Formats: sequence, C-alpha cells, structure tokens
Amino acid sequence: MASHNGNARFLAGGHSLIPMMKLRLADPGHLIDINPIEAELNYIREEGGEIRIGAMTRHRNMLESDVLAKHFPIFFEAEHVLADPVVRNRGTMGGSLCQADPAEDLSGVVTALKGEAVLRGPGGAERVVGMEEFHIGPYMTAVQPDELLIEVRFKVKPGGGSAHEKVERRAGDFAIVAASAALWIEGGVIKDCGLACSAVGPTTMHIGRAEAAVIGKAPSEELFAQAGAMASQDCSPSADGRGPVDYKRHVAGVLSKRALSRAAASALR
Amino acid sequence: MATETAPGKMATWLEDAKGEVQDAPIGYGRMKRKEDARFIRGKGNYLDDVRLPGMVHGAILRSPYGHARILSIDTSKALAHPKVAAVVIAKDLETLGLAWMPTISYDTQAVLAGDKVRFHMQEVAFVVALDAYSAQDALALIEVEYEVLPAIVNARKAMDADAPLIRDDKVGQTNNLASPTWEAGDKAATDRVFAEADTIVTRDIIDPRVHPSPMETCGMVADMNPETGQLNIYNGNQAPHAHRTVYAQVAGLPEHRIRILCNDIGGGFGNKVPVYPGYVCAIAGSIVAGAPVKWIEDRSENLVSTGFARDYIMQSQMCAKGGKITGLRVDVLADHGAFDSTAQPTKFPAGFFHIVTGSYDLDAAHCTVTAVYTNKAPGGVAYRCSFRITEAVYLVERMVEALAWEMNVDPIELRMRSFIRPEQFPYETATGWTYDSGDYHKTMKVAMEIAGYDQLRQEQQEKAAKGEIMGIGIAFFTEGVGAGPRKHMDILGLAMNDGADLRVHPSGKAVVSISAQTQGQGHETTFAQIVAEELGISPNDITVRHGDTDKTPYGLGTYGSRSTPVSGGAVAVVSRKVRDKARLIAARMLETRPEDLAWEKGRWYVRGDQSKGAAIEDIAEYSYSGSPMPEGLEGGLDAQAVYDPPNLTYPYGAYIAVVDIDPGTGHVHCRRFIAVDDCGVRINPMVVDGQIHGGLTEGVGQALMELISFDEQGNCVNASFMDYLLPTALECPEFELGETVTPCPHHPIGAKGVGESPCVGSPPCITNAVIDGLRVHTQGRVRHMDMPCNPARTWAAMQGNAAPPQ
Ligand SMILES: Cc1cc2nc3c(=O)[nH]c(=O)nc-3n(C[C@H](O)[C@H](O)[C@H](O)COP(=O)(O)OP(=O)(O)OC[C@H]3O[C@@H](n4cnc5c(N)ncnc54)[C@H](O)[C@@H]3O)c2cc1C
Repeated sequence: MASHNGNARFLAGGHSLIPMMKLRLADPGHLIDINPIEAELNYIREEGGEIRIGAMTRHRNMLESDVLAKHFPIFFEAEHVLADPVVRNRGTMGGSLCQADPAEDLSGVVTALKGEAVLRGPGGAERVVGMEEFHIGPYMTAVQPDELLIEVRFKVKPGGGSAHEKVERRAGDFAIVAASAALWIEGGVIKDCGLACSAVGPTTMHIGRAEAAVIGKAPSEELFAQAGAMASQDCSPSADGRGPVDYKRHVAGVLSKRALSRAAASALR
Repeated sequence: MATETAPGKMATWLEDAKGEVQDAPIGYGRMKRKEDARFIRGKGNYLDDVRLPGMVHGAILRSPYGHARILSIDTSKALAHPKVAAVVIAKDLETLGLAWMPTISYDTQAVLAGDKVRFHMQEVAFVVALDAYSAQDALALIEVEYEVLPAIVNARKAMDADAPLIRDDKVGQTNNLASPTWEAGDKAATDRVFAEADTIVTRDIIDPRVHPSPMETCGMVADMNPETGQLNIYNGNQAPHAHRTVYAQVAGLPEHRIRILCNDIGGGFGNKVPVYPGYVCAIAGSIVAGAPVKWIEDRSENLVSTGFARDYIMQSQMCAKGGKITGLRVDVLADHGAFDSTAQPTKFPAGFFHIVTGSYDLDAAHCTVTAVYTNKAPGGVAYRCSFRITEAVYLVERMVEALAWEMNVDPIELRMRSFIRPEQFPYETATGWTYDSGDYHKTMKVAMEIAGYDQLRQEQQEKAAKGEIMGIGIAFFTEGVGAGPRKHMDILGLAMNDGADLRVHPSGKAVVSISAQTQGQGHETTFAQIVAEELGISPNDITVRHGDTDKTPYGLGTYGSRSTPVSGGAVAVVSRKVRDKARLIAARMLETRPEDLAWEKGRWYVRGDQSKGAAIEDIAEYSYSGSPMPEGLEGGLDAQAVYDPPNLTYPYGAYIAVVDIDPGTGHVHCRRFIAVDDCGVRINPMVVDGQIHGGLTEGVGQALMELISFDEQGNCVNASFMDYLLPTALECPEFELGETVTPCPHHPIGAKGVGESPCVGSPPCITNAVIDGLRVHTQGRVRHMDMPCNPARTWAAMQGNAAPPQ
C-alpha cells in the first residue's frame, strides 16, 4: 500500500468494490488482494471473555457459526437476510464495515453489540476504535488508506440477548430500514442496551437516546415502544426509491421496538 | 466453493405428482425438455459466445439528459485512440440514409441522435474498437455539447399548452400527441347502459411502466462481407424473418443476401421484438470497419433504453344492474415515450386493448386510447402479453373487484353471475372479438376448490379480529392469442402466418424447420412432440430447426403466445401432409388403394387386417429407395405448409392469491397462489407448468416491486437490478396449479397459447389481494392502490394515502 502512495484499494470479497468499479464509481490504480491472507484473518474465536471475528471472515461463516449463535443470535438473523448465498460466500466482515454503506446490516449489528475494530497500520502498529468513531460519514470510516482492519471484538457479558429486524423490498436487497438491538438483562433490569438503525441516515444510526432511556428499567412493551419512538425521531432518513421520509421514520420505530422486544425475549431465555 | 441453498421454500417442483415423466412419449405427455441437457450443463450458445475471426467491438455513447439539444459533437480525441477503428455519429448515418429508421408503429426513430436527445440514455454515437474495453474507454473521449431542455416525464402534462415540443423533427407536429384518439365499442349504447345502471364504480387504474428484463441483454454481431456483399447477422431476436425483411427495407440491402442467425436466446418477453438503434449501428459499423462488429449492451442500457412495457393510465367506469355487470367505459392515456414503437399489428394502434370486456357478458362497452410523447425511452412492447391484453385484463379485473365490493357482493359471486355462459360460445364481445370456446364457471369452481375459498374468507375474518392483515385476490382472465388471421391483421404489411417444413429421412428420423423462435419456451421439445403425435415418430428422433433464416421457412416469430397457435398449427398441418403422402406410398407398398388404409399412430394398415401395414419408417425408406413411386408422386417424404389461423385462440384461467401484509411495515408476502389455466389441449403439460410458473413469478414482480421511474429532469432511476427489482423464489409461494381442458374448436390440434396467460392474470390477482387485505383492515375505507405494492406504497395506502406510481 505504501509503495503505491495510497493509490490502491484492498480487495476482500469484492462484492462492494467490484460493482463500484464496474459502474466506474471507483477507479483505483491498484488492487491489493488480501484473500491470500484469509487463513490468518478468517476466524471466530471466543477468548478472554471476548468474541473476536477476523476481518476476512465470510458472511457465510458468521451465518453458520455456533459460537455466534450461542452468544449473539443477532448475527444469524442479520446474515440470514443479508444479500444472497453468492454474496455471502465471498463478502467479509472487514469489507462490510469498511464499505460503510449506511444501509449495510453488519455495521448496525456491530454497533448494537458495542464492538470494537482493531486496525493495523504501517509497521504493524495497532489501534482499537469503537463504532462511534469508526463511522465518520457515508462510505467513510476512521480506517486510514494505509491501515487494514484486522478484527472486530465484542465483550461477552451476562444476560445478553440480541435481535435484527429488516424490511426489504425483495430478498437479498439492501434494507429499506433495519434495526439491530442488544440487551443485557440481569435480575429483571436492563443493565445495558445497544440500538442501531441502518438505511435511515448518512451512516449507521446509533440511537443513543433510546439506549439511555431503557437502561436501569425493567423490559416491557411500553418501554420498547418509547424507545422505538425515539428511534423514529432521532434517525434522519432521506427519500429514495425505497420510500419517503415519513415511512422510513415510522418503520425505524416499528423495527426498533420489535428488535428490542425480541432481544429481551432472547436475553430472558 | 460449495454453495448453500437460500433459506425458505423453493417455488417450483417441475416434476410434481401430476403425472409421470416419460423419456419420449410418442406424442403428447410430460417429457423433459430436450434442450435442457445443454442448458443445465452451461453449454448453451448465446450471442456473446459468437466469436468471428477479425471481429471488432462496438459501444454506444448515450445521452446523459432526458431532453437536450445537441450543439456539437467532437469525435477527434476518440478517433485518436490507438485501438479505435471508427466512430459513427448521426451525420455519418445520414449519408447512408440510416439516421432515422421506421418503427413497428409507422413512426420514425432516431438511430443516432443528431438534432436533439429525447430520452435519457438515447443513442448518440457508436464507437468501433479492437476490444470491448477500448470501445468503452473511447466513449469518454467523445465531446458532446448539449443545451438542456425541460423534460416531460408525466404523460398527463404532455398536452399542456406550455409543454415543450418533443418531436420537432416531424413535419406538421405541433404538440405531443403521438397518435390520434382511437376507439372501440359503441359509445351511445354504453351511455344508455350506464344511465340505467344500479351501481357505478369509477377508478383511475394505472398499469405502470415496467421492463421485460430478459436475462440476456440485446446485442448483435454484424458481419458484412465486403467482397460478396453477404450480411450475416447473429442476433437473438423473437422474429428473425421479419427482422430480415426490415433490414432489407431500411438499409436497401437485397433480402437474399441477409442471413439472420439466432442461437440460444436468454429470454425475450417482448423485449427482443423491436429492431434497436444498436443493431443498425452494428451493421453500419461492420460496413464502415470492413470487419465483423460485436455489440452487446450492458444491463443498464437494456433497462433504460430498450423496449419498456405498459405505461397506461386508464380512467374507467364499470356498472351493474340487477346484480350483474352490464357496462364498461375506459379512456386510456398511453405514454409512448419519445418515439412510438409500440408493438402491434397494423390497424390496432392500441394493440388488442379492446378485449377489455374480459370474460363477461356485457350489454355494452366503449373504450378510447389517446397516446402522447414524453421524454422517456420508446417501447410499448408486448411484455409477455398479446399486444396490450395485460393492460386490458388488469383493468377489467381490478374494476370487477371494485364493483363487487361497492355492491357488497363477493367478487367471485359477481363474476359467476356475469360470465359468458358456455352455451353462448362462439361469443361476440361488445368490442368485436369472437371468443371461440370456454366454460368459465367450471374453471372458477376448480380454483375455488383448490383454494378452499370459503375457509379462506373465514380465516381472513379471524385474522382481522387479531389485527393481522390477510388479503384474498381473484382474477379471471381471457386472452386472445395467436395473431393472427391474415384477413384481420398484419405487421408492417406482413401477414402474421407461419411456415413449417418437414423432412422425414430414409431411416425414419425427421427434421422439422419452423419460423417461430424460441427464447426458452421449449420449442425443440414441444414441436417434436406435435410431429410425434401426428406421425408416430419418437420426439427424440425429430430435430426442430429454427433460428436461421436461410434454412427455415418464412414466418413472423414468437411473441403474443403465438408459437403453438400459429407455428404449432403449421407443424400439425405439415405433419398431416406428410402422413397423407405416406398413405399414397403405403398403398403402393401394400398393393392396395389409399382409401382402404387406416391410420394408427406410426403406421398405415389395411382396413380389416391390422397385421398388414407399413410403418412410417418403412414408408420413408421406401420413398427414397429405388422402388417405384405411385403414379404422379415425387420421391422422398417431406412437405411444406403455411398456416393462416382462422381466428385467435382464447385461453383463460381462474387465479386466486392469498397475501399477508405486515401492519407495521406494509410488507406484502404472497402466501398462496392458485392458478387454474385452460389452454385447450396440452402438448407437454410439464412445459405448460413451467411457462405458468415463470409467468406467475413475473406477475409477483410486477404486482409487488417492479417500476421504471424517472426524476423531474427525465433521468431514469432504475439503471440496474439493484434499483429495478426482479422477484426471486423467496417472494413466490409454492404455486398450486390446476387445469381444465376446453379444446380450441378451430385449431388443428385444439391448442391455445399459454406462455403469457400467467403473466396476464397474476398482476391484478395479487393487487386485488393486497387491496382486499387493506379493505378489511380499514373497515372498507381503503379501496384502491396502484402497482407496485411495495412496502412503502402499501403502507401509505393503508394510511389512506395511496398515490399513483412515479
Ligand atoms: C447483490 C448484493 C446484495 C447485497 N446485499 C446486502 C445486504 O442486504 N446487506 C448488507 O449489509 N450488505 C449487502 N451487500 C454487501 C455485501 O455484504 C458485501 O459483501 C460487503 O459490503 C463488502 O464485503 P467484501 O468483502 O465483498 O468487500 P470488498 O468489496 O472487497 O471491499 C469493500 C471496501 O472495503 C475495503 N476493505 C475490505 N476489507 C478491508 C480490510 N480488511 N481493511 C480495510 N479495508 C478493507 C475495500 O478496499 C473496499 O473499499 C450486498 C452486495 C451485493 C453485491
């Protein structure tokens, strides 16, 4: 990467980059194929109270992972409705996060689970970035041109439950709206909450106000309805072929509420 | 890498329990398609597989605007590209007389825009380069100066006084009227029927612009041999013979030196009926470059610039008296885009739209169609439909449903009361069609039984009580297909007939050459089965030849469900001619008189002595042998035929759809779909089922997700399959098929076309189901919405804010 002065792009699954090149929206001087280091970067590990997912882990591996299914069912739910089998066979965790498409599903999932991204720069220097800092704009992330996303980490905490909700125009399509929710419930009280919506803003929308509103309370439909209403208000969708603004706001609320309810149910199971 | 199966139910099981699949039935029956052996092995031979020595590549520069004046075009930088062989613009075509070409609707269309661009992605320049990449790169080197003009994308505004004039190229054209108002039916009688009606329902029904989207896009390899003047054209199109005639007329080339070769075609659906500017450019490019030119459009070019379908705004009223439907009136505003290239037979400017009275015995009906130009791509192709019958059926089936709920009558009940009765056939409709045969009540009842209609209505009520939304939709369609009788119709002066040529070889194997052109319909199987049924030769011993104009008889091709009704008629007739000749030869062989012979499948035998006979392969062998032929009869066993159908055929069907709608998101899931088709005699029921599955899937797409739309500047915003959605197996229920068989009385084998029926019947059926769900959910407040019923639009309709598609 250094030898090309940044006039290069990493190529992971290629399911975002290649279509952009075909449409001549991206025109990198060089491609650096990172598939040869897949063996190093394709893993889902449980260690030290954390789940670690390597950047080259394919969607399909996440869909089929028992470890993820056990701790974070949201992965199965999101991957189940993400694109189609062809894309899932090739597309990666790293590519999804680095593409930072505001309609992308996994960014919402990682945000709700309060994941952290590990970036490695020239000379092997590593830094860890939370999702808050990771997304800086549409298709823009904190990852520098000479940095590689290595892995994503999640803390495993007691009483966790999670769920992903998505409305799409057709199977395999990007979301009209998606909501990712995670709850950690202990002794009947919500200890922590993560809520993020996709496709309703310039980046993945982190609904912090709703998180704060439910923490410390007992889970209930009314509470989640309030949280949904906050998601409706706090997102900032724009009108496009998938629908007008009022519709997307409404659906952000509906899906947030549904995701929280199901996350609670999975936490209490 | 191993692939996984998508979660969810597979939509189709071709080999269901409905009858055994045979290897080679001697005649009709469920037989696996002969062509599939190569398709499923990836051994099809499509246009892009054509590679000729010395071949160069073409690419088209397209307009970035919906409407703009071209001030200048500078091609010098592109020409300086080391790999560019030629750049063709309108000026160059003018010298060849090819700047404009006639459309199928007697309008003109620019091959390359010289004066103005009139729609987004219109063709502006054609580059020929040594490879496809260089051709694309060179497009960016062409400099075009535009003066942007206001665009019209809304047909309702096309006739406004201040609307910009789109077709200033046409002498005498002062507004955006594309064709004068055309009418059918009896206006005065219709007015009287409405005056006496008990109930009248009024709706604006929109059948929005969609695209046929064949999997393989359009393209051509044009190979003009400068030495011989022979032009070979490799091009997947639906009517090769008609195309050859058009090229001869347009380019002034001698017709016998034009040969069109269609290899395998990856779908057509009406999109591959027209002659496109790219084709003319490829031919011109080959003439200029002196080498074969390959031009294949990409997906965006196909979606945005080639033949769209529908785009009809239909103001309609339907009325009832005494509990039965009595009248219908419709005023259509048709949006033709920038050039009128609507696919239709001459004399039918609105295609067969006036079949709009559907399956009902009405006292009177009247319809008018007015067409305007807009800054959209031309087309108006018959997307899996017989010339606007899809629009007609959509309209009448939406209106019947609306009228039923207005009258508080169950929509099936209203249909049953109003259907044409079996004893009324042949039935002359209020707009002049003569339906050949049918028993609509029976077919409707079969569909109700499969669906469990009464239980469904009960379930709907129970769900409603729980706040869940379930909708049940009905559609009963009648199609008129198999165009058409030469006394009634033609296309560009060509009779809509089809030829067949059958040769039985000395060993009893046969080749049948046809003028129809499969794009995936299974002709290589079906037509072999027709010959097999008539002659008793195994379909595996019969080759069906098509797609080479030098080697097949003249005919008008495959669209409008016409292959079996017309070309199939020709094949049956030619087989019978061969059978008649075989009889004469057999009489000689058996030393008896022809009239003493009787036919059983595969052999002539002496009446009264079954054991004494001659099998077709023995007769064939004899006919080519040194043995004497009967007096006056030539050797060999072959024949030719041209079939002129006496009438259209009228397939019909009863469809029922069940949908579930998410009250929170408006997402529609089609849970069940029951399709009972009556297409007369079924040659290969499995091929029929396959056609129905495919067409229903397309109906799911049109009803729920497909729409070609434009922004205010005239930009088409559906330039890829990310934005123009096609349905997948996951949106489709496991289709439940049923059948009734009412043979066509005037067709040689009693068959009616079926290819398009499912695509015609399913859009109104699913839309009716969605509206039915919303109606129940809102206690009758919501009574209408237009396609596509996507989540956002359905949710808006649920809130009482249904809006026309844009
Ligand atoms: C038809 C289709 C449907 C889709 N539907 C969905 C959907 O419903 N939901 C959804 O969420 N996604 C969807 N996607 C996107 C899909 O998930 C992609 O696979 C994913 O966005 C990109 O992953 P990739 O590995 O293919 O990345 P690539 O295309 O290889 O790369 C994408 C970008 O990330 C950069 N990059 C990749 N890896 C790294 C790394 N380790 N470090 C730094 N930079 C990196 C690349 O340089 C590039 O800029 C769809 C894609 C397609 C083609």
